[in-house]
Amino acid sequence: MQTEIIIAGFGGQGVLFAGQVLAYAAMDQGMHVTWIPSYGPEMRGGTANCTVVISDLEIGSPLISHPTAVIAMNKPSFDKYEKMVKAGGLLVVNQSMVDREVERNDIRSIMVPANDIAEKIGDKRMTNMVLLGALLGNLNFLPLKAVEKSLREHLPVKHHELLPANREALERGSAFLAVTVAPVIE
Amino acid sequence: MAKELLKGNVAIAEAAIRAGMNAYFGYPITPQTELLEWLAKRMPELGRAFVQAESELGAVNMVYGAACTGARVLSSSSSPGVSLMLEGLSYIAGTEVPAVLVDIMRGGPGLGNIAPAQADYNQIVHGGGHGDYHPIVLAPANIQEAIDLTYGAFDLAEKYRSLVIILADGSLGQLMEPAVLPEMLPVIMRQPEWATYGAAGREKRILSSINLEPREQEAFNLHLEKRWQEIKKAEVRYMEYYLEDARYAVVSFGTSGRISLSAIRAARAKGIPVGLFRPITLAPFPEQELYELSQRMDGLLVVEMNSGQMLEDVIKITRNSIPVEFYGRMGGMVPMPEEIEAEIDRLVNQPHSPNGHPRDRWLDRFSLDN
Amino acid sequence: MVQTTFEEQVVYSRPIAFSDSQTHYCPGCTHGTAHRLVAEVIDEMGIREKMVGVASVGCSVFAYNYFNFDFVQAPHGRAPAMATGIKRVLPDRYVMTYQGDGDLASIGMGEIVAAAARGENITVIFLNNANYGMTGGQMAPTTLPGQKTSSSPTGRDVELAGFPIRTAELLATLDGASYVVRRSLHDPKNIRMAKKAIRLAFETQKHGLGFSLVELLSVCPTNWGMTPSQAQDWVGEVMVPYYPINDFKVHPALANIKA
Repeated sequence: MQTEIIIAGFGGQGVLFAGQVLAYAAMDQGMHVTWIPSYGPEMRGGTANCTVVISDLEIGSPLISHPTAVIAMNKPSFDKYEKMVKAGGLLVVNQSMVDREVERNDIRSIMVPANDIAEKIGDKRMTNMVLLGALLGNLNFLPLKAVEKSLREHLPVKHHELLPANREALERGSAFLAVTVAPVIE
Repeated sequence: MAKELLKGNVAIAEAAIRAGMNAYFGYPITPQTELLEWLAKRMPELGRAFVQAESELGAVNMVYGAACTGARVLSSSSSPGVSLMLEGLSYIAGTEVPAVLVDIMRGGPGLGNIAPAQADYNQIVHGGGHGDYHPIVLAPANIQEAIDLTYGAFDLAEKYRSLVIILADGSLGQLMEPAVLPEMLPVIMRQPEWATYGAAGREKRILSSINLEPREQEAFNLHLEKRWQEIKKAEVRYMEYYLEDARYAVVSFGTSGRISLSAIRAARAKGIPVGLFRPITLAPFPEQELYELSQRMDGLLVVEMNSGQMLEDVIKITRNSIPVEFYGRMGGMVPMPEEIEAEIDRLVNQPHSPNGHPRDRWLDRFSLDN
Repeated sequence: MVQTTFEEQVVYSRPIAFSDSQTHYCPGCTHGTAHRLVAEVIDEMGIREKMVGVASVGCSVFAYNYFNFDFVQAPHGRAPAMATGIKRVLPDRYVMTYQGDGDLASIGMGEIVAAAARGENITVIFLNNANYGMTGGQMAPTTLPGQKTSSSPTGRDVELAGFPIRTAELLATLDGASYVVRRSLHDPKNIRMAKKAIRLAFETQKHGLGFSLVELLSVCPTNWGMTPSQAQDWVGEVMVPYYPINDFKVHPALANIKA
C-alpha cells in the first residue's frame, strides 16, 4: 500500500509544515515515508509544494506525477494539480482562495472554507491543519489521533500553546466528506 | 536508537559530526547550503573548527591544510563549486592525505540551475582534476544510506589515505526520511605517522605533491594504482532489487536508482521480470558483479540524470555481450517512474537494433514534451 | 714557542631551524637571507617544534627542504587557505606561509585578502622581487612601470598592463590585519630591521593578535640581468621609492612586546 500526497499553495501558508506533520505521523506509525519540497529561488512568497509518500515498503520515487491525493491551498495550485490527481484519488481544495468548482468527476473532491474556519478557531495559521484534517478524514490511512500525537511529540515545546488550536483545526477539517462531482449532463 | 525525520543535507552534516569530524570548510551554494548552515551552528558549539571560506578554492585548500595535520575534515559543495575545487582535489590525491567531500549535484553545465542532476559523474568518478588519481565515490539513494556512508567515509579515507566523495543530488539533499543517526564518536586529534603537526621530538616531515624526477613520480603513480587495485578488491558496494527471477535489469544509481525502483515495481505488476542493480560505490564500480549479472539477463536499461555518463562504463563492462538501452533526463529534470516504466516496456517488447550507440537511439526518441 | 689557549666562542652558526642543505637559489638572491632571518627568529623564540610551514609555488617552492620543521606545499596562491586549515585544527601551533609576489599578489590575491580579513592568526613572509623568478622573469603584479621583463620586453606599459600592487598598504586597510609592514633585504641595516619585523610578526601570532605579514623587498639579479651588487642598489634606488619601507599596521598591543 502506497499513498502519495501533494500539498501546494503560497509560501507562508504552511504547506511544507503540513507535509512534515504528515511525515512525522507516518514515521511514528512505523511506515516508510518521504517528504520532498519544491525548492528554489521562488521559495519566499512564491508557490510552494511538497510531496509526501507513505508506504509499507521501501519507497522508490519520492516524486510523483499522479498523486493519490492533493491539497490545493490556493488558485494556482488548484488549477495545476486538479489535472494531476490519480483517477479515483482525492482533491481537497481551500475554498476560501478559489473562485470555481471542481471539474473532474473521476475523483473524489471536497471544498473546505479553510481560511474562514481557521479564523473562527482564532488563528489564521491553522488553515493548513483544517485542510490536513479534511485529507485525513477522507483517506482513512492514518488516524487523526496519530497525527495529533505526532504534533504533540514533534512540535517544539515553545509552540505547545498552539496544540489545542491545531487539534480543533484537524477535527473540524475531518468533518468535511468528499464526494464525486456528478457529471454535467448537457 | 529511535528514528528521526531528517533532511538529506542535515543528515549528512550530523553524520559527519558523529564520525568525529574535527573541521569543516565550505562555501554556500544551493542545493547543499543547509549542510553548511547546520555545521555553522553545531561545530562551534562542540568546540570544533568551522570556516565559511572565501570561495570553494579557499575551502578545498583549507581542507588540504587541515588534512595534512591528520584531522578528520570535510567540505561540501554543489556542481559549479566542485568544478572550482578540482585543483585542490588533485593536490590532495597527489599528497595522499585523507579527506571527505560531499557533492550535492545540480543542473549544468555552467551556472545551470539548482534542480537535481547527476551530471558530475564523469567529473567525479573519472577524476576531474589533473593527473592519475582515483577518488572513492559513494552514491547514496536514501537518507539512511547517506548517513551510513558519510559516517564510514572518514575511516575509508584514512585507511587508504584517499579522497572519498559522497556523490548525491539536490533532491536527496532536500529530501526528508526517517533514519537513525549513529552514536557520537569522541573527537580526537589523530597523529598519523605521515602527518605534519609540529616536529616535536621527531624528524621534520614534508607533505607535498611535487616529484620533479619523472621516475620518482612514476613510482608514486604506480603506488597509487596498486592501492587502487586493493580498494577495488575490498570496497565495492551495490544493492540488488528483484533480480532473483529477473531477465531484465535497470542499472541506475542514487536518486534515479530509487525512482527506477518504482518503475520496476509497476512493470513487475504487469508481469515483466525486471529488477534493479544500483551501484553504491561508483568508484570502485561493481564491475565484476555487473558483468556476471549481465550474462544472465536478456537486456539492460541504464537510467541516469545526465546524458549517459555511467552508460559508457556499463557498455565497457558488459562488452557488448547483451542489449543495453539508455534513458536519461538532463539539466535538472528528473525522470518520473512512468517514463522509466515506458522504457522498460520498450526494452522488453521492441527488439533494438544491434547497431549504433544506445545514446543515439535515446536521442532519436527523446522528447522535451515529457 | 708560546702556547696561547683561547676560550672557544661560537659567534656564528647555522640556526637549528635551518636545515643543513644547499639551496637552489641563484647567486646573490636574497631568499637565502630571508630564510636565515626566519630560522633565527624561530630559534630565538624556541618554537621550531611547534612550527608548520606552508611553501608556495615560485622560487621558494622548495623552502620545505631548507627549513628544519614540518612543512606542507600549497597549490599556487593557496598557501593562506592551507595555513588557515592547519591553524584552525592546531591553534596552539605556529603557522607560517612563505610566498613570492606572483603567488601572493597575483594568483593568490583572493586567498591572502580573505585570510587577512578573517584575522587568521598566521604569519606571512612575503618576498617582493618585482617579477616571476622561477619561470624566468616575467611581469608580476609588482613589476614597476617601465620595468623590462620577459613578458614586458619594452617595459611595463601601464596603459596595457595596469599598475603595480602595493600589497602591504592594501592589506593594512583590513581590520583583521594586526601587523603589516614592509622591509628590504638590500643592505645590512635593512636586513637587521627585517629580522626585527619578522620577530614581531611571530610575536603577533604568539599573542593571538591575528594576521601578520612582512613584505620583504628582494633582489633577482639573474632575471634582472644585473650583478648582485647592482641589484641591491636597484632595490634601494628604484624599488624603495615605489614601495616605501614602513609600518602600515601595528596592533597597539605590540607596543609592549620587545622584538
